Order: sequence, then C-alpha cells, then structure tokens
Amino acid sequence: MPATIRLQSADFDAAAEAALLTRGRTDIGAVVTFTGICRGDEAGAPVAAMMLEHYPGMAEAEIARHVEEAEARWPLLGVTIIHRYGRLVPGDSIVLVVTAASHRGDAFAAAEFLMDYLKTRAPFWKKEKRPDGVSWVDAKSGDDTAADRWTERRPAAE
Amino acid sequence: MSVKLLYFAWVRERIGKGEEVVEPPSGLTTVADLMAWLAGRGEEYAFAFENPKVIRAAINRVHVKASAPIAGAAEVAFFPPMTGG
Repeated sequence: MPATIRLQSADFDAAAEAALLTRGRTDIGAVVTFTGICRGDEAGAPVAAMMLEHYPGMAEAEIARHVEEAEARWPLLGVTIIHRYGRLVPGDSIVLVVTAASHRGDAFAAAEFLMDYLKTRAPFWKKEKRPDGVSWVDAKSGDDTAADRWTERRPAAE
Repeated sequence: MSVKLLYFAWVRERIGKGEEVVEPPSGLTTVADLMAWLAGRGEEYAFAFENPKVIRAAINRVHVKASAPIAGAAEVAFFPPMTGG
C-alpha cells in the first residue's frame, strides 16, 4: 500500500494530495480526507497564533507505526499523512489525513483511527499565543478517550 | 554508559536546553530511576521533573513507560503529554 508521511512547515493542498493517491487507479472506491485547522479561539479565549514543536525522527517513525497498524486493521489502498510544524495562525491547516479504500467504511474508520492516534501518540506539542500570554496546550482527556476506544479490551486474568 | 537526552515543550523550557549527553551512575535501571537522578541535578531539573507522573518518555524514539529498563538506550526523550493533530 502506498503510504506517504511528511512533516513540513509549509502548507499543503488537500485536494492535490487526494488526487495523487487515486491517479491512474480504478480499484479505489472511496477517499476520505481530513484536515485539522488552527482555530481562532480555544474554550472561549482568542488565540492569536500557535507554535507546533515536534520530535524530528520519532514523529515520522511513530506515525509510520500507526499507518502500519491501520493497514493491518482495514484493507486500505493508500494513506497520506502530512503534519505541519512551526508557527501557525488561525485558519491555517495543521494536519492532513487521506485514506483510500475500495469502500467508504474502511476509509472513514482508518482516517478516524489515524487522527485519534495522531492527537495522543505523535510527538507534537502546541503552544498558544493568547492576549494574556503564551502557554503550552494541555492534553485533553477526551482525546485519550477517543484513542482508547480503538484498543481491544481483554478481560483481566483471574 | 553515556546517554543522549532530549527534552521537548515545557520540559525543555524548564531545563533550559533541548538536548545533552549525560553519564548516569550505574545502579539506575529504569526510566523512573533516570528521572529521579535528573531531578537531583539542579533547580531547573527539579522544576522540570517535579511531577514525574505527567512526564512521558521515549527510548530510541519509541514510547515507553516509566518502568521500562534503560539498559542499551542510546537516546532517551522526556516530554509532556502530546497535543498534536
């Protein structure tokens, strides 16, 4: 399965990336693209800008491990993940996940799985600039809950 | 055994540097041991590791728990919970 993982400070073109995945192929019946965008407010407080820090080397490796896991779970025909780093302002794109499959169910599920893991396991950290100063964004428990639902729960050994 | 340490986000800011090479004393066996030893290296380290339960770690670019052994680790990273995506 073709998999593309890129970390970059530059913007990306979601439509162009989706077209690259499907070009020349007739086996793909579904492409899901998800784009995460920098919001201009967080919990009611305005955000002027955001700095995204990452762990070079590990970030690519960690995302690749999750792409492999997604590929093992669903019959995917292509995946593209682009995550930006550096300074972003409200309205800027942050992350792109594109999944291709024969049928939409697999493409939707894999895209959601990959996003949930990107939020909680990929080594990126957001720092927000607000009117009252600059602060690191706290991890949200809701993101952990979203990621945990993909973990197969086994009954505890007696 | 020398180990390359990497720090990210507020762990990096509190310590005041993004990376360094250290020679931990023999007798440290886990990531938790390494954090406890680092916390004793000065005020900035004590501040960074004041609540080790919230610090995440990676060995050789793979997530590990605090109970993970550090034997054979070439690169150990410490950072807060991740907020990407």
